[in-house]
Amino acid sequence: MSDPAILVLEDGRTFRGRAYGAVGETFGEAVFTTGMSGYQETLTDPSFHRQVVVQTSPHIGNSGINDDDQESRRVWVSGYVVRDPARIPSNWRSARSLDEELVAQGVVGISGIDTRALTRHLRDRGAMRVGVSSVESDADALLARVLASPGMEGADLAGEVTTPQPYVVPAIGEKRFTVAAVDLGIKASTPRYLAERGCEVHVLPAGTTAAEILAVGPDGVFFSNGPGDPATADGPVAAMRGVLGVKPVFGICFGNQILGRALGFGTYKLKFGHRGVNQPVQDRRTARIAITSHNHGFAVDAPTDAPATTEFGKVEVSHIDLNDGVVEGLRCLDIPAFSVQYHPEAAPGPHDAVDLFTTFTDLMAGGR
Amino acid sequence: MPKRTDISSVLVIGSGPIVIGQACEFDYSGTQALRVLREEGLRVSLVNSNPATIMTDPEFADATYVEPITPEYVEKIIAIERPDGLLATLGGQTALNTAVALHDRGVLERYGVELLGASIDAIHAGEDRQKFKGVCDAIGADYARSTLVRTVEEAVTVAGELGFPLVLRPSFTLGGGGSGFAHHEGELRTMIAAGLAASPVHEVLVEESVLGWKEFELEVMRDRNDNCVVVCSIENLDPMGVHTGDSITVAPAMTLTDREYQQMRDMAFAVIRQVGVETGGSNIQFAVDPATGRQVVIEMNPRVSRSSALASKATGFPIAKIATKLALGYTLDEIPNDITRETPASFEPSLDYVVVKIPRFAFEKFPGADTTLTTHMKSVGEVMALGRNFTEALQKATRSLEAKGAELDFASPAGEVEEWMPKAVRPHDRRLQAVVQAMRAGASVERLATETGIDPWFLDQLALLGEVAADLGAAATLDADALRAAKRHGFSDVQIAAIRGLTEDEVRALRYELGVRPVYKTVDTCAAEFAARTPYHYSSYDEEDEIGPGERPKVIILGSGPNRIGQGVEFDYSCVHACYALHDAGFETVMVNCNPETVSTDYDTSDRLYFEPLTCEDVLEVVEAERRSGREGGLGEDGGVVGVVVQLGGQTPLGLAQRLKDAGVPIVGTPPEAIHLAEERGAFGRVLAEAGLVSPKHGTARSYDEAAEIAHEIGYPVLVRPSYVLGGRGMEIVYDDATLLGYIDRATEVSPEHPVLVDRFLDDAIEVDVDALFDGEELFLGGVMEHIEEAGIHSGDSACALPPITLGRADIARIREATEGIARGVGVLGLLNVQFALAGDVLYVLEANPRASRTAPFVSKATAVPLAKAAARVMLGTTIAELREEGMLPFGDGADLPFDAAICVKEAVLPWNRFAGVDTVLGPEMKSTGEVMGVDSTFGTAFAKSQEAAYGALPTKGRVFVSVANRDKRHLIFPAKRLADLGFEVLATVGTAEVLRRNGVTATVVRKLSEGRGQDGEPTIVDRINAGDVDLIVNTPFGNSGPRLDGYEIRTAAVLRGIPCLTTVQALAAAVQGIEALRSGDIGVAPLQQHHAQITAARAGAAPARYGGPSEREGDSG
Ligand SMILES: Nc1ncnc2c1ncn2[C@@H]1O[C@H](COP(=O)(O)OP(=O)(O)O)[C@@H](O)[C@H]1O
Ligand SMILES: Nc1ncnc2c1ncn2[C@@H]1O[C@H](COP(=O)(O)OP(=O)(O)O)[C@@H](O)[C@H]1O
Ligand SMILES: [Mg+2]
Ligand SMILES: [Mg+2]
Repeated sequence: MSDPAILVLEDGRTFRGRAYGAVGETFGEAVFTTGMSGYQETLTDPSFHRQVVVQTSPHIGNSGINDDDQESRRVWVSGYVVRDPARIPSNWRSARSLDEELVAQGVVGISGIDTRALTRHLRDRGAMRVGVSSVESDADALLARVLASPGMEGADLAGEVTTPQPYVVPAIGEKRFTVAAVDLGIKASTPRYLAERGCEVHVLPAGTTAAEILAVGPDGVFFSNGPGDPATADGPVAAMRGVLGVKPVFGICFGNQILGRALGFGTYKLKFGHRGVNQPVQDRRTARIAITSHNHGFAVDAPTDAPATTEFGKVEVSHIDLNDGVVEGLRCLDIPAFSVQYHPEAAPGPHDAVDLFTTFTDLMAGGR
Repeated sequence: MPKRTDISSVLVIGSGPIVIGQACEFDYSGTQALRVLREEGLRVSLVNSNPATIMTDPEFADATYVEPITPEYVEKIIAIERPDGLLATLGGQTALNTAVALHDRGVLERYGVELLGASIDAIHAGEDRQKFKGVCDAIGADYARSTLVRTVEEAVTVAGELGFPLVLRPSFTLGGGGSGFAHHEGELRTMIAAGLAASPVHEVLVEESVLGWKEFELEVMRDRNDNCVVVCSIENLDPMGVHTGDSITVAPAMTLTDREYQQMRDMAFAVIRQVGVETGGSNIQFAVDPATGRQVVIEMNPRVSRSSALASKATGFPIAKIATKLALGYTLDEIPNDITRETPASFEPSLDYVVVKIPRFAFEKFPGADTTLTTHMKSVGEVMALGRNFTEALQKATRSLEAKGAELDFASPAGEVEEWMPKAVRPHDRRLQAVVQAMRAGASVERLATETGIDPWFLDQLALLGEVAADLGAAATLDADALRAAKRHGFSDVQIAAIRGLTEDEVRALRYELGVRPVYKTVDTCAAEFAARTPYHYSSYDEEDEIGPGERPKVIILGSGPNRIGQGVEFDYSCVHACYALHDAGFETVMVNCNPETVSTDYDTSDRLYFEPLTCEDVLEVVEAERRSGREGGLGEDGGVVGVVVQLGGQTPLGLAQRLKDAGVPIVGTPPEAIHLAEERGAFGRVLAEAGLVSPKHGTARSYDEAAEIAHEIGYPVLVRPSYVLGGRGMEIVYDDATLLGYIDRATEVSPEHPVLVDRFLDDAIEVDVDALFDGEELFLGGVMEHIEEAGIHSGDSACALPPITLGRADIARIREATEGIARGVGVLGLLNVQFALAGDVLYVLEANPRASRTAPFVSKATAVPLAKAAARVMLGTTIAELREEGMLPFGDGADLPFDAAICVKEAVLPWNRFAGVDTVLGPEMKSTGEVMGVDSTFGTAFAKSQEAAYGALPTKGRVFVSVANRDKRHLIFPAKRLADLGFEVLATVGTAEVLRRNGVTATVVRKLSEGRGQDGEPTIVDRINAGDVDLIVNTPFGNSGPRLDGYEIRTAAVLRGIPCLTTVQALAAAVQGIEALRSGDIGVAPLQQHHAQITAARAGAAPARYGGPSEREGDSG
């Protein structure tokens, strides 16, 4: 059996379990995800940067790690909390075990704790800072370091996860459009879905300005998902304002919050966020429901009763989450721009919303 | 989209009797549906022939028709009820097939009835395997290649193309009836012949085998806005080749990557859309090649299924309830999730626990049955267990089975790998155990994976159990850590004791001392993302307990565990009634059960549901949890736990009574000591003597010689049975020394510890079943049932009539007196079931069961008295007099009914068609899986209805074949003559024909099978049966042992061709009355409510309305 490990939340609640993954100590924002499949995609989703992820699903690692399902170049979670890690991987595509992967990438984790109790605690008290350690056994000592660690509010993290250099993902089949995609923590599936629809995707670093974006000569501009507090993302917001009305725009997750801010809406932190693959989102025009993949701790504060008037014209809240009424999408009525708070690229999660990528290509086609 | 306004009345079709492949899960779904329809303010009518169901309780519908579920009868009901809509997707294959038949006959169109949920086209597209291939092609789904054949020769040609092994699957059969694997042409020919016969449309699909692939199921829902959700994914531990109903299954799926899972989900939605199920639930099965990930669609069921019941219990998402609302026009987002209350049903449940289902088999009841599991379902029930990990859930499930040797054994010395491997490789009811033993003997996960096809991840979890057991055995001292480590993986105190060489009680004492106790988690559909409002709990050795404080005094009701032969839905029925009655009486009702098919495990039934095994350990922990919750709620030291009800769940809870009491748990109702008085022969003998009653002469033998001595003393025939088993197990009627010796060698290992009971067998005795209530002072005679078959046929297998058809008032008075004497002598508080045999003028007591009986629901329906509810109240101290004042019980007895009260006939349903090669004769050992009720103003009509509901209509003309044992010949003459007079051609074997001729009944002689064909090829009787020119068969077994070849072949042929086959002359006599009734014209139908109104009116002294009223108005009175 592996070494003992402890998990201490900033409010002092402590769980004792066993070391999992790399041995060491780590800090971050404790968040839980309720997805029952797709731990590999979750681990490699840049939006989880600086977060300690609690898996509510008890058995994790059963299908190992393969080389096709990586959503980015590395594992981003700052810590990993599971109840019953797999002892052996079993899947025809598995290349190595999850445990090996976590060790190789130096991700500190803890296993064997009552993850449901922890989840209920976070649900009731809200997301908070946490420390996980397999080198420290004194809870108070660890608590002190937790309290000293930075929180998520006000954190500007896009710069830490974005690609250092621009790169191009070629269109699959005949090229129909050029898309400039601002990488605030983009997942590999996004350019893939665009490429499948004939888009040549120019992935650009988070700091790219509007001018630099337009210099690519794009038919449309995409703003990706990503970690951190949207309130700090002044750069991307400025870039967004520079392209709105000029080119068709599509944003996902963080990109939705950027659009929201660019239109003059505020953003706020949710108590414990939406993380999972079973969130019902309703398209308010068709009343159709999509079961969607979510990973957001912040949300846009926009009026849901009637379209709002902004300096970019009328804007409506296009989607809402049926669980809690949170704004899940924005649609500009006078310019070609829209965004969603959830993940049409799924990975992990249902494919119910992939058509949004076609909506984007249609917008670009219309823009010609 | 709001509810449709164009539907104001709906007819729901139930699933009829419990049979293998279609059990009480459809009572659960049907009951939910009725609740919803009533809540929505619709007029609801129901047809279901099964009286042992909650759904047929009169308060669940406006009109409850306990009538045969056949197109003919349902049409009569439609003619009376004129419903706007027909809901046939909640009654299993039976309801679906009936709906199709009604459509094909133009009935739905004629009466303007709309089929709700799935359209006829959708049903065909989903159920017809050929059409379904078209569906798959249309959406580009991969499937196993196959061809539909209608003759044996076609099949042989197809085999040439696809190669062996092949899967054969008849269209439109339940549980894979008539299906299986053909490995070579010989097998193919015989199996195809049977398959064509089994299929109502005489088609069999011959299919490429994907044996050994991983098998998955998705439970999908769709609303009229085309919103689709997956409620649950289920992975089979047993790979492809074992019917999902017979497989150990796990939820959620354990070994899929998100990419594979989403691909499956996309395919499932494509299927339900292409098939065209507008609203409701469907079940879609997939096979996945473990080597390449290739996914093929196996089948889809466009209706609520066994798996949807499991999925509902596994996730807390009530599929049937929601499906009904969707059928009424609501969309998923308009329906609240009643567990979280604040979120809608348009989501996909997320589990933070693991669910394991294990089927329960009954092969011991069918010697000669093939125990190999295949595509044709053989299990009779199932258990489900929840745990925070797979190992915990699996071990809880194995002990929930209550089957000897089911719990994994890590204590006995490990055996030889090569001895265990074949057992591990052959799919059968003890395969899991064999795999574990093979591992203990040294077989590697890799080897087991290749040879069994079980996924390595599951095998590794079993290996983990082995390691944990080893650590536990090796631990220097059994301290808290060692215990917790074992408990975390579901080891029971019994297993730990065995491994540590201690007793269960020692382990428990130590565990309590060290404070190693389980906590209770909540099933909340959302992995704790939202607060749960519904108290649906399971235990786990984890950290945080979630049981809220109790508010009212509590009564804990123990359920009956997995359905098995002898203990089925009837007992769940009584438990559910206790929940309702005690809740209404102001108690907090707490249900403990592990059977996912039942109404009792619906979180709506009790105030608190614990989905737990029914073992002493698990029940004691629930009691402790409830006491904790009560103390928190300020209900005092005992936590307000008034007591535990052990009387309603059959033998399972009854068997726990003494141990629970010894552990300081209050037992309400008949105390354990009294239970012992009734169950221990010597003690019971004294009770009878006290009451001046007699039981058949008997003795107890510890060897063959003793047995023979007793037999000679009391005289043959004798009834022999092992003393240590209940439910009629291993009982046989023995006619001579030779057979006695044979029995002793075969059936039991007699020894001083395991003696054999030898009873005088009462020939020609009328058996009478009695259900009564006793409050310590007064007896309430619930019902007196007269069996059709004479004593010697297990009460559970014989048909019976209420009110009794031949007993006089004097007999009933004697029976009442005797029952009261026993109740008093035993010290019953609550329900008592007594079986009497009336031989000549002597009333013998066969046995007394101080508990709810199998017949309680039937009696309640026949007499309009809620027996189980009343029993629950009596157990908690209310007197019969008080219940009469309340109006729950009528004045006088339930048994005394108005002279013109309708006759109710109960008929048992037997699973012969499931066990090829098993003889179909009835005996003292119970073999039936379910029952039906026929009700009408005369016995003949009621009996005819019961036969039609159970087996199919009795013939009204044609050929009857009779061949009976000598002792039956005298009784045969009258009914045979009557049949001849009615114009039947009578065929008979030589001996029988002679007797008939001498008595003026002309009978054509047919050759016995043993005589073979005549020189001019005159056919044997079996040939003629197979040729389909026999319409009714009467064949009573000769003696009771040895090869009764002819009879055996005849009865088997009858089962195969589905020809009514009567194995007792009493049944024949009843059938003749039935046939006469059928010929005398159209038979009417009437709702139970009317039957009850008539009885209550009569009881109130008012003028009773004649039975069959509304059908008369339709001009089709019986
Ligand atoms: N092509 C096949 N090869 C191997 N096993 C099969 C095949 N098709 C079905 N089976 C097995 O037979 C079982 C019953 O088949 P299914 O199509 O589900 O019929 P049913 O309607 O009785 O459920 C399945 O659960 C599966 O284990
Ligand atoms: N002495 C007997 N003579 C004739 N039939 C008997 C006798 N004893 C039992 N039987 C038959 O065997 C059946 C089962 O016996 P019973 O004592 O009721 O066992 P169980 O516990 O299985 O109900 C009875 O229903 C009855 O038909
Ligand atoms: Mg099936
Ligand atoms: Mg009995």
